[in-house]
Amino acid sequence: MIDIKDLSKIYIVGDERVHALDHATLHIYPEEFVSIIGPSGSGKSTLMNIIGCLDVADAGSYYLDGMPIESYTENQLAAIRNRKIGFVFQNFNLIPKLSAEENVELPLIYQKVKRAERAVRVKEALERVGLTKRAKHLPTELSGGQQQRVAIARAIVTDPKLILADEPTGALDSKTGHEIIDIFHELHSQGNTIVLITHDNDIAKQASRSIHILDGKTTEVKL
Amino acid sequence: MIIAFKMAIRSIGSNKMRAALTMLGIIIGVVALVVLVSLTSGATDSVTDAVSDLGSSMLTVTISDDKGVPITLDTVNEWMNESAVGEIAPYASSSATAAADGTSGEVTVYGTTPAYYDIQGLQLAMGRWLKTSDVENHTYVCVINEATAEELIGYTDCVGQAITLNGVRYTVAGVLSDEENSLTSLVSSGSMVAYLPYTSLIRLADSLTEEVTSFCVSAPENGTMDEVEAAMTQLLMERFEDDDDAFEVSSQSVLEETMGSVTSTLTILLGGIAAISLIVGGIGIMNIMLVTVTERTREIGIRKAIGANRRTILGQFLMEAVVICMIGCVLGIFLSWGILQTVNTVVSSLKMTFSLNGGVVMIAVAFCFLIGIVFGLYPANKAAKMKPIDALHYGG
Ligand SMILES: Nc1ncnc2c1ncn2[C@@H]1O[C@H](COP(=O)(O)OP(=O)(O)OP(=O)(O)O)[C@@H](O)[C@H]1O
Ligand SMILES: [Mg+2]
Repeated sequence: MIDIKDLSKIYIVGDERVHALDHATLHIYPEEFVSIIGPSGSGKSTLMNIIGCLDVADAGSYYLDGMPIESYTENQLAAIRNRKIGFVFQNFNLIPKLSAEENVELPLIYQKVKRAERAVRVKEALERVGLTKRAKHLPTELSGGQQQRVAIARAIVTDPKLILADEPTGALDSKTGHEIIDIFHELHSQGNTIVLITHDNDIAKQASRSIHILDGKTTEVKL
Repeated sequence: MIIAFKMAIRSIGSNKMRAALTMLGIIIGVVALVVLVSLTSGATDSVTDAVSDLGSSMLTVTISDDKGVPITLDTVNEWMNESAVGEIAPYASSSATAAADGTSGEVTVYGTTPAYYDIQGLQLAMGRWLKTSDVENHTYVCVINEATAEELIGYTDCVGQAITLNGVRYTVAGVLSDEENSLTSLVSSGSMVAYLPYTSLIRLADSLTEEVTSFCVSAPENGTMDEVEAAMTQLLMERFEDDDDAFEVSSQSVLEETMGSVTSTLTILLGGIAAISLIVGGIGIMNIMLVTVTERTREIGIRKAIGANRRTILGQFLMEAVVICMIGCVLGIFLSWGILQTVNTVVSSLKMTFSLNGGVVMIAVAFCFLIGIVFGLYPANKAAKMKPIDALHYGG
């Protein structure tokens, strides 16, 4: 599913060169639940942005579903993000002016799904995260945990092959965090590929496989 | 498309004050354009109506090709018996040197028949107008206007005096008053004019012959100008072998034509000034759209992350700019309508009515649309070009 070899990303800040990713290599197979763990500043988010086609690497190769991502145009990448990938961010990244429902609907609009079908799928997605009752609420009217559920619903509404979550529990208390992780387990059991980024060992352990990242270098850890 | 429209409405609605102020620029521009142009065209219409009321009570016919059957005074008399035709006065003009008591000057000399007086609506100050017998006997009488009397003789009360035209002696039979507000005085105020019997002028001027090449026609008491025009055209067609190039029947006075061109220049000028204010409004839109795009960088990042491509983002912001413009445009048109209604009640005594000029409303709508596109394009493109990752991390 994901095939990354010798991926490097270098930021130049002033005179300094920061190797956010340094020859990172990893494979993720379909229907896996993989966690990527590492301390703060180790390059986790950088890696996820590249996997999610939001950013491009400076060197190395990245194949998603056998397709070489480097050679795609911006519009093709947008289509890939839209159809193949579902994002869950640490800070939720919901659009504040839109209600929960409308936030979830947005990726479907970009896919040009018909109105009636959109309504059905949005309802379904909100049901899966247990938030049907809050469909009309604006993000500001929801708790952090509820906002993250909306974000998850938005990620899964398009039935993406890959769900990327960057510290989805980072802004939540541990109880709510557990509930969110439970949703990911459920999604995994339904056949989704999940890549979950965290700096929390307990959460990382719940995945079927864990990849360690430190100073931009990846190592596989068996749990 | 519909969704993009709804999104645009919502995001405009989320900052009503700002949207309203931005629209104000467009509203003022539209009002300026629509009201100014409607007012000028309204005023033009009523003035033109007034002018044509004055001038169009007669037809002017000119013959350019007589096809071997020239029109004579007899033909004219014959035509005057037609029921649909009122009076007909043939006329010819020439210029001559007039002299009296040692003063001399150039006068325009018209040769015509008695009917001319009524058709043209002339006014005598004193004396008499030309008579049928004058025309029949080529008498040496003339009717001059006040300007000529004062210029040549020195006073108006000069009936019976003699003047010479190109050395030939004529007796002044009457003096016409130079009416202040008559159409003729507008065109030829202060110029010297003398009227002779048609037949006398032909003797005076070598270049003129018995053949009538121009004449004016009035409507009968209970007929309309349109009927006269139709009847006249038919008579002429019959005479000239159905060749409508041989003659020209016109009911529009020169004055009317001149006025038309003056007012259309005025309309274009005012419209142009108003259009400039619309462009200023457009710059306001561009400014606010740039602010909006910067403010919503994060939103753009989110939208791109979940799959919006360049075109979608471009379309979204362009739609916003166009919607602001069009709402401003519609409000502006309504406001203009209100203003024109108010003007109407205020000036109701002037017998002028101003209504929205359909053409300028169309132009305003098209122009606003164009401004939305042109001034929305740069900000929208700026939004569309953002890299998703940069946009997403903007401002934390
Ligand atoms: N836009 C940027 N410009 C310069 N340096 C950057 C930029 N983004 C990331 N970095 C650097 O790259 C390194 C990796 O950053 P990254 O955000 O991937 O860390 P992370 O593992 O996600 O950390 P955290 O757990 O705190 O989120 C850091 O040293 C950071 O300073
Ligand atoms: Mg991070």
